[in-house]
Amino acid sequence: MITRPKTLSEEQIKRYSRHIILSQVGGKGQRKLLEAKVLVIGAGGLGCPAALYLAAAGVGKIGIVDFDLVDLSNLQRQVLHHTHDVGRPKVQSASETIHDMNPDVEVVQYREPFTSKNAMDIICGYDMVLDGTDNFPTRYLVNDACVLSNKPNVYGSIYRFEGMASVFLPGKGCYRCLYPVPPPPGSVPSCQEAGVFGVLPGIIGVIQATEAIKLIIGAGDSLCNQLLVYDALEMEFRKVKLAKNKACPVCGEHPTITSLVDYEQLCGFPGASH
Amino acid sequence: MAESLKADVELNLKGEVCPYTFVKSKLALEEIEIGQVLCVIVDHLPAVENVPRSLANEDQEILDVKQINATDWAITVRKRV
Repeated sequence: MITRPKTLSEEQIKRYSRHIILSQVGGKGQRKLLEAKVLVIGAGGLGCPAALYLAAAGVGKIGIVDFDLVDLSNLQRQVLHHTHDVGRPKVQSASETIHDMNPDVEVVQYREPFTSKNAMDIICGYDMVLDGTDNFPTRYLVNDACVLSNKPNVYGSIYRFEGMASVFLPGKGCYRCLYPVPPPPGSVPSCQEAGVFGVLPGIIGVIQATEAIKLIIGAGDSLCNQLLVYDALEMEFRKVKLAKNKACPVCGEHPTITSLVDYEQLCGFPGASH
Repeated sequence: MAESLKADVELNLKGEVCPYTFVKSKLALEEIEIGQVLCVIVDHLPAVENVPRSLANEDQEILDVKQINATDWAITVRKRV
């Protein structure tokens, strides 16, 4: 009997050969990536590098939610957008960049705010969510929607020179276990007010992509029940243990939040991104 | 190839170079059952060393590597994992 490797095309075998060579990925892992569906909330500082590497890795379907337009001040860190994209919808420029890099990837554009009204409908078509939001209301909404729909939430956030990342798997804790309610409006400066070190979201966004890819192929240990804290100035990574909070208002034993909540906006608009 | 090493599956990789000789051998191994034997035909000389070494690194069992004519080599491997 003569056989040729199935499913992957010649082009895909070449494109993903460095993955296939890895024993932890192989052809099976690569096929899982090609069949995977990841929703990226925000095409900003975190969402851009995350989506770029998810696409390079061959994640078959990437949904991107962002209602915003590309601004010149975004280009210091939002690597899917180019100078000629200024003024264009972020989801459009993100989609074009990804398509140019890897036409295997189907990009679904959601040029709309992520709200309690559309969150569940959007999320239901994906295996997991990658949180690239830049504001607390959307971050809590992403968290609650993931808990209520039993989807993994690959979390990341940045502030000036410091970033954090974690993975919240269904039944194993969530962002509210860590911070049950958002900070009061106005108590935390926005990205626009505080500034952000341009490469920082690159590091954190790619860590989020790393965790998403590991979840898809089932390799290694995830950041589940751990919070990774990165300090770019000191070039220091620390890991803090996280435990599921039995009293968590959304994923605890007696949840008080059973439907989605829209909080007052603190930074920009819903679905905005760093 | 000896009678005892009769392959369940043969993969012709003539014209392929490294690392695709290994990549395609590995993909073919993923398609067969543990215990089955794959025979890979290569004509890219570095692959004669590289493919068995890489497959052995992945805990596959190399049964035989031999030249079968002026240009071609046969690498016979049993799927172990």
